[in-house]
Amino acid sequence: MFSLKEIQRCLLLSLWFVFLTFPIMVIKVDPFERIVHWRWENILYVAVGSFFLSLIFRMLLRKTEGGGAKALGAVSLEKTALITRILETPKYRNTLIISVLAVGLVFPHIFSTYQTNIMITALMYVMLGLGLNIVVGLAGLLDLGFVAFYAVGAYSYALLHLHFDIGFWTALPIGGFLAAIFGIILGYPVLRLRGDYLAIVTLGFGEIIRLVLENWGEFSQGPSGISSIARPGFFGIELSLNSAIIYIYYLMIIAIIITIFVVNRLQDSRLGRAWIALREDEIACQAMGIDKRKTKLVAFSLGAFWAGIVGVVFAAKTTFINPASFTFLESAIILSIVVLGGMGSIVGVIVGAFILILLPEYLRALSEYRMLVFGAVMVLMMVFRPQGMIATIRKTYTIPKDDQD
Amino acid sequence: MDKPILEVAGMTMDFGGIRALDTLDLEVYSGEITALIGPNGAGKTTFFNCLTGIYTPTRGEIFLNPPGGGHKIDLKGLLPNKVTEYGLARTFQNIRLFPRMTVLENVMIGRHCRTRAFIVGAIFRGPRTRREEKEIIDMSYAILEKVGLKRFVNEYAQNLPYGAQRRLEIARALATEPSLLLLDEPAAGMNPQETRNLDELIRDISKDGLAILLIEHDMKLVMSLSDRIYVVDYGKKIAEGKPEEIRANADVIKAYLGE
Repeated sequence: MFSLKEIQRCLLLSLWFVFLTFPIMVIKVDPFERIVHWRWENILYVAVGSFFLSLIFRMLLRKTEGGGAKALGAVSLEKTALITRILETPKYRNTLIISVLAVGLVFPHIFSTYQTNIMITALMYVMLGLGLNIVVGLAGLLDLGFVAFYAVGAYSYALLHLHFDIGFWTALPIGGFLAAIFGIILGYPVLRLRGDYLAIVTLGFGEIIRLVLENWGEFSQGPSGISSIARPGFFGIELSLNSAIIYIYYLMIIAIIITIFVVNRLQDSRLGRAWIALREDEIACQAMGIDKRKTKLVAFSLGAFWAGIVGVVFAAKTTFINPASFTFLESAIILSIVVLGGMGSIVGVIVGAFILILLPEYLRALSEYRMLVFGAVMVLMMVFRPQGMIATIRKTYTIPKDDQD
Repeated sequence: MDKPILEVAGMTMDFGGIRALDTLDLEVYSGEITALIGPNGAGKTTFFNCLTGIYTPTRGEIFLNPPGGGHKIDLKGLLPNKVTEYGLARTFQNIRLFPRMTVLENVMIGRHCRTRAFIVGAIFRGPRTRREEKEIIDMSYAILEKVGLKRFVNEYAQNLPYGAQRRLEIARALATEPSLLLLDEPAAGMNPQETRNLDELIRDISKDGLAILLIEHDMKLVMSLSDRIYVVDYGKKIAEGKPEEIRANADVIKAYLGE
């Protein structure tokens, strides 16, 4: 099953791991007693564990590479995946959509306010993911500072409310449009950049926004944040806390449905095709008559628009915001949602958001290992399923013969 | 003979200290097939890149006379997408399709610069957008039919056989409704049968009245297709004329075979 050489390499690897983890797994210093505990038995655990893990890894890798001959056509292979087949068949798809919608609608009445709150957070990340999906998944522009637009949305509502007493419904479009404008402000200087360089600049942009909010006290009240932001109004009726949360929940459901509808329309439109062409080959795309600058800027601003909208909802939901909510970690999580779910795939992004947001919530006990698991999952995904959990399938067209005349 | 559709005068392209193109003059006429040949590294692809706006030439002029009449258009220094809008479309020597889009979508991309729908149109999909979309699909399909790729319509471009990928590049370029089509080594890597089919296809396209400028190493193809041939070596034009003149030209033979 395994050649001697492979086993040899696994042994070497486990030896290397023993060496690497030696300081943290074996040595334990007790600073009060001033003694060092040598936990030699841990060497054995690490060695055996890493040996078998690497064996399993090799086995899986071989299985993936076994299909390697067809791997180039990986995308068309996806047609056989179960979830894709379900989505391709209208009957199953409609059943799935209706049942998901039904669960979504009754959710707040069955579960507690706490659960509803978590669900709202998950829905917000779905929307952020769908927004970033336009930029990263469709247009192929790696954006590591997406949280900046989220912050712009949240702060525009918070500040407008603080200074001018402007309500949620007025602030919602304003926040969205301000974020879109910031998208263009970011997009313009990075038009020539691609890949790693773009990632670095956007990362910097995200940090700039956060640092400005943190340090420009007169403008944003600095790290102490802005509190007592109004919840969304419901035709001027005062809502209790519980019903306000349910209200926001339904708002998010409606917002998500609109987002899915819009993104779905966009990706099979002239504009969406231009984005994908831009992702696939920038030079060929320009040579085919697509205005690179316009296409990129629209992608940036549309993606940012959604982040801005979610930002406003976030401010209204928590009624308190400060710059600590908009760190790079948030950008990383949103990006992971898109990558894990499947770049460019709407269903993928939704599934990705639920997994990445809900799992840590319900596995609170393991929350300390969250980033560790995150990293491991990402590496494994890149090795075994680089296209994400649910890969995109491009629309197929049927051309009826008699339609040609 | 009427005015040439493309006039290039004194085109020079320097990369640092290297002169890739040296005062090159060239004219292309509507309905004709013009070939640009020369040894490897002679600057042929650089010439295409200068024409299509990927590079801006150091010196020289590029003018396009639109076949429908009207003013001369100065193409020098325009962005690639503008050049395409004015009616120059190209294919690439090293195939540059959009691999994870379907064959039909690849061609539909070519229609981009001739259509208008934008964000609002995409979201609300009103009657005008729908009509436009249908036009895009129908025309793209007709082009695919013409180049013989009908059976691959919904296949991903990356899964196409090599010869079909080359054809798809031509189809995509045709979708932009060019008045001048630039083909960069369309027969590279093709087997004799595929080359013969390509020969027919290029003739067929040329019959529709558009001008074709062709870079090619397959001399049999060049000699059989071209109305006029330009030969470049080290960025300089060393000969121009009809195929039979080129065949007999001493400089050309020297450039290809050595002393």
